[in-house]
Amino acid sequence: MAEPARTIEIEVLRYRPEQESEPVLQSYAVPFTDDMSVLQGLQYIKDYLDGTLSFRWSCRMAICGSCGMMIEGVPKLSCQTFLREFYPGKVRVEALSHFPIERDLVIDASDFIGKLESITPYIVPKEPRTLDQGEYLQTPAQLEQFLQFSGCINCMLCYAACPQYGLDSKFTGPGILALLHRYNADSRDGARDKRMDLVHTEEGVWSCTAVGYCSEVCPKGVDPANAVNQNKTASAMDFFLRFVAPKGSAK
Amino acid sequence: MSARRPYVRSMDGWWRRDPFFVGYMAREATAVLVVAYAVVLLIGLIRLSQGQAAYEGWLYALRSPLAIGFHIVLLAVFMYHTWSWFRIMPKTMPLILPDGRRLSPALITGAGLTAAAIVCASLVVAAMKVAA
Repeated sequence: MAEPARTIEIEVLRYRPEQESEPVLQSYAVPFTDDMSVLQGLQYIKDYLDGTLSFRWSCRMAICGSCGMMIEGVPKLSCQTFLREFYPGKVRVEALSHFPIERDLVIDASDFIGKLESITPYIVPKEPRTLDQGEYLQTPAQLEQFLQFSGCINCMLCYAACPQYGLDSKFTGPGILALLHRYNADSRDGARDKRMDLVHTEEGVWSCTAVGYCSEVCPKGVDPANAVNQNKTASAMDFFLRFVAPKGSAK
Repeated sequence: MSARRPYVRSMDGWWRRDPFFVGYMAREATAVLVVAYAVVLLIGLIRLSQGQAAYEGWLYALRSPLAIGFHIVLLAVFMYHTWSWFRIMPKTMPLILPDGRRLSPALITGAGLTAAAIVCASLVVAAMKVAA
C-alpha cells in the first residue's frame, strides 16, 4: 500500500551568474516518501517545480562521486542522504564548500582535476614484465597497505571538509594525497620518488594540520587524514635519510 | 566572451560553522595553556636556583586560591588535550596489520588513553610517596 505523501521544505542555495551577483536561498515544497534521497528531492524540483535548477548527478548509488553537496552544512553525497532524516524540519542544500560555485549546486572542480593529473595517478611498474612472465603477485599484507586508499571516488567531500584547503587552495588536499599514497604504497609501483617531490612541499602534506574531518565525511572509508599523515612521516624520513643515502632530487 | 562568473564564498568565521571545527580549534587552543603551565614550571626552576627561601615563596604562591583555580582549569584542559590527541592518533600512524587486517582506531585510541591514565596515576602515587 502506498504511504501518504508528506511534504518537506528544501532550501537550495541558488546562483545564476547572469542574474545574481551572489548566491541566494530559494525554498521548494517537495512531496516525498521514506525511500527518497535528497538527490531525488532535487530531481523532483527540476522535473516539476523549477527546470532552471542545476546540479550534478549520475549513478544514484554512491559510486560515481558526482552528487556531493553541503546538506545542512555537512558535506554528503545527496544520493545516500534521505529526506526523512530532516522531516518535519526543512533541509538546506548548498554547493560543496571551498570550491567556486559555477551555478547553483555545481562547483568548479578544475583545481581538483588539475591536481589529480599532477600526481602520476597510475602504477609505473617497478620492474617491467612481459605478458609471458605472468602477473605481478602481491601478499594480502601488501594489498592491505593501499586497498582502502583505492576506494576514493573523487567526490571531493573531503575538500569541502578541509578548512586548510578552504583557506588556501594551493594545498594539494586530502583526496588527492590519499590517491597519491594509494600508488606510493603499492608494492608494484616504482614512481614514488617522483611523487614525493609533491609531498615534500608546503602545498604537499605540510599544509595539513590534522583537523581530521576529511576522514569523517568520506563516504567510502578511505581515511585521507591517515594517508596525509603517513606521508608526513615519510617526508620527514626522506629529509633526514638524504644525508645518509642521497638519491633522486634530494641530493 | 565567457559568461562564466564563478562565485568564491568567504571563509570568515569558518571554525564556527561546524561543531567538528569548534572541537578542532579547542584542541589547538589547549596548546596555549600547555605553554602557560610550562612557564609556571620554568618560574619554579628559576626560583629553585635562587635558593630555598625563593623556592618556598614560589610553593607558597601556588597555594593561593587563584593558583589552585588556575590548576583546576589546567587539569580539565589537559584532559581534553590528551583525549583529543589520542583520538586523532589512529589517523596519524602507519597501518598496523596484526592479522592482515587494519587495527581498529578505537583500540588504538583506547590503548593510548589507558597508557596515559596509568602513567598519570603512577606519577601521582609516586609524588604522594615522596611527599609523605
